[in-house]
Amino acid sequence: MSFLSNLINGISLGSVYAIIALGYTMVYGIAKMLNFAHGDVIMIGCYAVFMTMSRQGWPPLLSVAFAVVVCTALGMIIEKIAYKPLRRATPLAVLITAIGVSYFLQNSALLIFGADTKSFTSVVAVPPIKLAGGALTIPGTAIVTVAVCLVIMVALTLFIKKTKAGQAMLAVSEDKDAAQLMGININGTISLTFAIGSGLAAIAGVLFCSTYPSLTPYTGSMPGIKAFTAAVFGGIGSVPGALLGGILLGVIEILGRAYISSQLSDAIVFAVLIIVLLVKPTGILGKKVSEKV
Amino acid sequence: MKKTTRDHLITFGLVVVVYLIVQLLIATGNMSSLMQGLLVPMCTYSIVAIGLNLCVGYLGELSIGHAGFMCVGAFSGAVVSKLLSETVTNGILLFVIALAVGTLMAALCGFLIGIPVLRLRGDYLAIVTLAFGEIIKNIINVLYIGKDSQGFHFSLSNPIEIEEEGLWLINGAKGIAKITHLSSFTIGVVLILISLFVVYNLVNSRSGRAIMAIRDNRISAESVGINITKYKLMAFTISAAIAGAGGVLYAHNLSTVTATPANFGYNMSIMILVFVVLGGIGSFRGSIIAAVLLTLLPELLRGLSDYRMLIYSIVLIAMMLFNWSPRMKDFRAAHSLKGRFGKKTAKEAE
Repeated sequence: MSFLSNLINGISLGSVYAIIALGYTMVYGIAKMLNFAHGDVIMIGCYAVFMTMSRQGWPPLLSVAFAVVVCTALGMIIEKIAYKPLRRATPLAVLITAIGVSYFLQNSALLIFGADTKSFTSVVAVPPIKLAGGALTIPGTAIVTVAVCLVIMVALTLFIKKTKAGQAMLAVSEDKDAAQLMGININGTISLTFAIGSGLAAIAGVLFCSTYPSLTPYTGSMPGIKAFTAAVFGGIGSVPGALLGGILLGVIEILGRAYISSQLSDAIVFAVLIIVLLVKPTGILGKKVSEKV
Repeated sequence: MKKTTRDHLITFGLVVVVYLIVQLLIATGNMSSLMQGLLVPMCTYSIVAIGLNLCVGYLGELSIGHAGFMCVGAFSGAVVSKLLSETVTNGILLFVIALAVGTLMAALCGFLIGIPVLRLRGDYLAIVTLAFGEIIKNIINVLYIGKDSQGFHFSLSNPIEIEEEGLWLINGAKGIAKITHLSSFTIGVVLILISLFVVYNLVNSRSGRAIMAIRDNRISAESVGINITKYKLMAFTISAAIAGAGGVLYAHNLSTVTATPANFGYNMSIMILVFVVLGGIGSFRGSIIAAVLLTLLPELLRGLSDYRMLIYSIVLIAMMLFNWSPRMKDFRAAHSLKGRFGKKTAKEAE
């Protein structure tokens, strides 16, 4: 039974990673950049919920909606100010700028909210389900997290497949210049991608903090790195890959912590990543890129 | 004199001149103890940045795991100097032995990690180097090595018992304690000069040109008979070895060294990468200047207390936009003094 409950915790954590990984994967697919500041957008989303819900007493759903709006706006502003001027510069320059943005967000949060750890109140009010006569308990947060993750995945897949804006995103990620020739608004599409990715980050952040309720200005960076690893794991640029990578990573992390060594769980996660990449160099569901001579 | 030789001599001269100025400031009492405390870290960062620049600028592969090699160098160097501190009493000799061991261990790690990693490309390679860096840090945090009359004791993840008078070499997350203070600014500067000598000689040799050929076009390099794996591994291993040497210097400047996310995590790797990119990819002189300036900047802003890291991040973003944005490049070309008064390039003269 303890194995099952660990597995459930792993899937729940993995779902959070999957939602964050979506933001990385979409931005990478379109702008070909690693958005290192993504993890810190998560943290800002958590603070938005904390300040409105715990301090002002807003209803949970309203404050989550507020956080999504804040993060969406933040994502678009960051893209406009910091990344857009570097659109044709080397990828490394954009990477360092993203790191600068990440420092900026962390230190702004440090100044505004202080360095002390805030204890986050869970936004989920779903009671836990007890199975097998109380031997197996599924926490309410886990149920909500997995459900939200699945809803987001389905909605996003439908959005990309069925709407014009989604098709435009696919086209831009395939070939920017050709898409522009077809009359697609490149800047608008990239902005939209950042908006969606950052909005999802807010939701992921709230779910993460509902499970691990300590909030500091550095809360976002480790889940951010893990989620990026998950995105690479599943094949960067692929939406189902992000789901698969996220869930596998979460399960490996929790099972590794429970059965092998609690201190080595991060090392185990990264070791599995390395093995997967050595066997499949573009991730589990990544496209194989053939080289032109 | 050849242009490259002159360029190298300028870099060596710059380091020596700065060293002399700093010594003069210390001798006349014009340097605060806070600044003096920053001198060795500055040297450490410069050395690791030189190593990383070899990997990013000349091999053309992004590594965000160089803090891991620094960590290997720091811990293996410190273990050796601790073991030998009673038998070898000469401080310089002890440091040289620790340096040799630390550098070799980091090179070995770089070699072993390089074999699988260098098969990957671009961002995948970057993420795997990050993963290796985190694994190294994680393992050192659960590594226990002790020595007593029974001999050596090793353990991974489970704390071990050693005799009362035994000597702890690495005590898990507590790291290595009571390290002899062997690093000094002079040793740091000498190490910078040695690393510069190594990388300059490498990039101007036959091997260096092969490495750059692989960076510029892997397939054509392969088709003219360059052994890709050999040269990639060579550059990566040397880059790791230099980072390890930086780690040895870093460890012997502290009394206790622990592997925390702040000193050997990906944050450190990223900080070094910032030095490399800001100083100019492929320019070793730029790496050193960026490492020194960016280490000084937070200290110079100390008067602004809480706002200093915020200002640091804004300066970083602004510098990147100014340096790399295509629009700013045109702006600088149109308004630079060189463009107005200097020689016109062939393109402009047309």
